[in-house]
Amino acid sequence: MLTVGNYQFKSRLFLGTGKYPDFDIQKQAVDKSETEVLTFSVRRMNIYDPSLPNFLEKIDVDRYTFLPNTAGAKDAKEAVRIAKLAAASGRCDMVKVEIIGCDKTLLPDPVETLKATEELVAEGFTVLPYTSDDVVLAKKLEEAGAHAVMPGASPIGSGQGIINPLNLSFIIEQSKVPVIVDAGIGSPADAAYAMELGAEGVLLNTAVSGAHDPVKMAEAMKYAIEAGRLGYEAGRIAMKDYAVASSPEEGISVGN
Amino acid sequence: MKITVNGNGLEVQEEVKHVKGLIDFLGLEDKPLIIEHNQQILQKEEHEKAVLENGDKVEIVHFVGGG
Repeated sequence: MLTVGNYQFKSRLFLGTGKYPDFDIQKQAVDKSETEVLTFSVRRMNIYDPSLPNFLEKIDVDRYTFLPNTAGAKDAKEAVRIAKLAAASGRCDMVKVEIIGCDKTLLPDPVETLKATEELVAEGFTVLPYTSDDVVLAKKLEEAGAHAVMPGASPIGSGQGIINPLNLSFIIEQSKVPVIVDAGIGSPADAAYAMELGAEGVLLNTAVSGAHDPVKMAEAMKYAIEAGRLGYEAGRIAMKDYAVASSPEEGISVGN
Repeated sequence: MKITVNGNGLEVQEEVKHVKGLIDFLGLEDKPLIIEHNQQILQKEEHEKAVLENGDKVEIVHFVGGG
């Protein structure tokens, strides 16, 4: 079980809801992923066309825990406002702090992320900040009361996978709250790797929504995350420089 | 009465007295939405109590896809 604040989840996959080809494929992907946590953004509604469909109308919302993000916020003040707007839906008190500090790389602003985390913890939110793979910052976020820390594997939507496994390992080793690898995952191998490193969960979006077959990829990610977690719990063998035979070397009459 | 909704000016009829009335006026009563009225975020039960006045600013937001 994955425990984040007062929440407990059987699935260790948090799934984003952006950029799917259509709502039907998205719904099937969500089902196949067996995720219990869906991320959303908060945006202005098109008030002149109330007939525009919304993904929330397509799913049984009570089956999922909502993790709204604060994407669009440029500073802590805006992030806190978006978090409070999301909470006013009455559907969630969890929030993914996402404060972009650089439009080109979409890397987070560490100073504002820390500030927003402090404020939202004080307001009683369950706070999951999206952060870079900075080891010291992850510690400071934890000290600020974050209920999980979510370091990026590589830039958002890049699909580059885990570009600094050493930093992720350091973060995982020191962290007393769950580490959920968020952003940059491209393939099931990346997700499994994150879990083998000891991450407690993975948050991904584009890796599924942008796949040739999002439904199949959602299922693949489910298995990858389960396999990676089992592998971590099982404890992998140490690497050696030379071969070590798996078969017994005695008791056979060939080669003598 | 003229108010600003999501950044655009909107002329509403005199019958629209409060935020709940505005939601009905716009045909959004069945939508899962969140309202901010003059920078004040409203809980659902406050929609009927939030009285609208000329020049008020209203933000109507909802959840959209995101990661």
